[in-house]
Amino acid sequence: MSDSTPHSSHIPAEGPAVGQDEWVARHAERRIMREGLLGTVEERLRLVPWWAWLVLFLAAFSLLPVFEHSGYVRRVAFDTVLYMLLALGLNVVVGWGGLLDLGYVAFYGIGAYAYAILDSTKFGYHLPTLVSVPLVVVIGAVAGLLLGLPSRRLSGDYLAIVTLFFLQLFQTITTNGDSAFGHDLTGGPNGILNVDPFHLFGHDLAVEHGGVFAVSYLYVALGFFAVVFVALRFVNESRTGRAWRSLREDPLAAEAMGMPVNWLKLMSFSFGAAVAALTGTLFAALNASVFPLTFYFVLLITVYTMVILGGAGSQAGVVAGALIIGPLLELLRDASKSRVIFFVTLVGALALASRRSRAMALVALSTLVLGFVVHAIAGAIHSDWVAGEHQPGFAGFADHWVVAPAHLASWITPTTYLGVIAAALLCTLLRGLPRLVALVPTLYLGAFVWENVMLAKPEPARFIVLGLILICLMILRPNGLLGERRVEIV
Amino acid sequence: MPLLELRGVSLAFGGLAVVSELDLHVDEGEIVSVIGPNGAGKTTLFNLITGIYRPQAGDILFDGRSIVGLEPHEICRRGISRTFQTLRLFLNMSVKENVMAAAYGHTRAGVFRSMLRTPGMRREEREIAALAQEKLAFFGGRLMGYRWDQPAYSLSYANRRRLEIARATATNARLLLLDEPAAGMNPAETHEITELIGKLRTEGGYTILVIEHDMHVVEGISDRVVALDHGVKIAEGSFDEVATNEKVVEAYLGLNTMASK
Repeated sequence: MSDSTPHSSHIPAEGPAVGQDEWVARHAERRIMREGLLGTVEERLRLVPWWAWLVLFLAAFSLLPVFEHSGYVRRVAFDTVLYMLLALGLNVVVGWGGLLDLGYVAFYGIGAYAYAILDSTKFGYHLPTLVSVPLVVVIGAVAGLLLGLPSRRLSGDYLAIVTLFFLQLFQTITTNGDSAFGHDLTGGPNGILNVDPFHLFGHDLAVEHGGVFAVSYLYVALGFFAVVFVALRFVNESRTGRAWRSLREDPLAAEAMGMPVNWLKLMSFSFGAAVAALTGTLFAALNASVFPLTFYFVLLITVYTMVILGGAGSQAGVVAGALIIGPLLELLRDASKSRVIFFVTLVGALALASRRSRAMALVALSTLVLGFVVHAIAGAIHSDWVAGEHQPGFAGFADHWVVAPAHLASWITPTTYLGVIAAALLCTLLRGLPRLVALVPTLYLGAFVWENVMLAKPEPARFIVLGLILICLMILRPNGLLGERRVEIV
Repeated sequence: MPLLELRGVSLAFGGLAVVSELDLHVDEGEIVSVIGPNGAGKTTLFNLITGIYRPQAGDILFDGRSIVGLEPHEICRRGISRTFQTLRLFLNMSVKENVMAAAYGHTRAGVFRSMLRTPGMRREEREIAALAQEKLAFFGGRLMGYRWDQPAYSLSYANRRRLEIARATATNARLLLLDEPAAGMNPAETHEITELIGKLRTEGGYTILVIEHDMHVVEGISDRVVALDHGVKIAEGSFDEVATNEKVVEAYLGLNTMASK
């Protein structure tokens, strides 16, 4: 051992040399910790086992109806649990199996339709819930296997195309199923109505109590969530889970190390499909009806967004993704809340960027000043130019900042819309001072378009805001909120 | 009876014969090196043995039974495991999980038993973990302690090569195919890998077929050396015999380069 080797200050000079076994054994002393209280708290939190977090989370979620009596909020909470379940299922295929399955929501649809066929007045089977739900899960799993069979030799783009085709096939079949071989199987575009509610322990689970969303479905959904979460967690920590992740990392090496890659792919598809089908039963039972177009691209993209934003591969991550995106999409329906979210995102993005340079703070300030100046000038020229109605939320502030003409000339909408896109693209091309200068009017133009054009059409606008938030987050954390650091090739 | 035997194995990609009429055998407990210039068909030979490619002619016998036409994972379960020339680790999994994953073929807890965490399944998990520790301990302190829980991408290049060998041994293989285990290593590490390969045979009881370019390693480990060129076996024998063989020298350096000038 060379005693002359320079050591850093916190390793004792007589300590073992780098590369020795003792050096490896004493790694804990060299770990870089966050200073002070924050570091201690962080270290303690790390020791809390996953199941304790799960119990805490479930307890907190179950208490929600105690404090919140609005049927709307409870309903949003229920939908969020459905999203969490869907995200957990997709995580098996995408996060662990590494398979790009674009047909995923078709299994959700298959589950909903299967439940609707087994438990509705349409065919009059009315199977007991405790029979039909497990049966639907099996149907979903088998459907997953069937899709997996032709896809098992495919990967990447090719797999995506085949699974996308499967989603389209599901759409075609359900939409035209009202005259399949002369029989009405799916009700066509009108769907299946009068689907039974869940019937458990001798009671029909009511959807509403006196016009307010009842919480029973919320608790059933949470129960499903807990079971699915734990079951998948255990599978992930078994040889099957390790094999799935090996398959994601390197299929050829996995095969050469004795793992039957084709079979593992089938299993992964099948598990994701079974979870989606289970979620479908909840959806059909609650809504008492199913329609083909529920299970289409918007939902597919939403669930993918949750998985990617939260961190594919991490169960806690995808649940967090669903917890954020689900309610966010609801909030964005409301123009006043949507405006708050838009401006908070904009300011937040600028604040994060300005951590790196004082120039960004200056840009934000300049934009503010520009807004008031433009507003004052426009108001002085003609009072109509600032007489437009503003939505509530940040009222008072926005009233004196963003120009809102009383009547939008027809050319303004397309011109400013394209203008803000062109200006944003220009900003990415510029460097240094010109970019900072160009950013100021771009931001203001963006605010103008938002206030005058997009708020008038909240439905497309909410997905645009979602997209903006996603872009910001993906730049900050490319692996999702709770995703592990990933490397492709090193 | 040899542990591995190739009889007249041929493979062509389109019109290009990559391996032609190759006979090769490896006896139990033997260390055989395969050498040859780039493009000689060495890695293709490994891909043929492990079932990634299927020979167009000839037969491959392992332990007396033909393995031609089996899926790679079935061949692995029969007892042939390998490393890759271009490292193919499961980079985003922990060091320990990389090794544990390779135990898939000889463990049997199903998905439903895993969901329920039955006592049998948990016992098997403990056995897999113990196996992984044992295989990693083979490399002394290199892959020990806290490194078990580190992702594989955090390892140095040499440690990645070691981890690939550890992973290959966790399949409970009898025959190890090592594809350039010393590539990219410094002289000290190369020396270490030479000793390690010897140790794999004496302590681990493995039979080893190895592709190697570093002639010091080949000289240090080989019972027998096979030289390939353009998919044809051009020489076979002890290191000294092969190293002085005219055809081998020609394959590496070209024919009569001095005389023709």
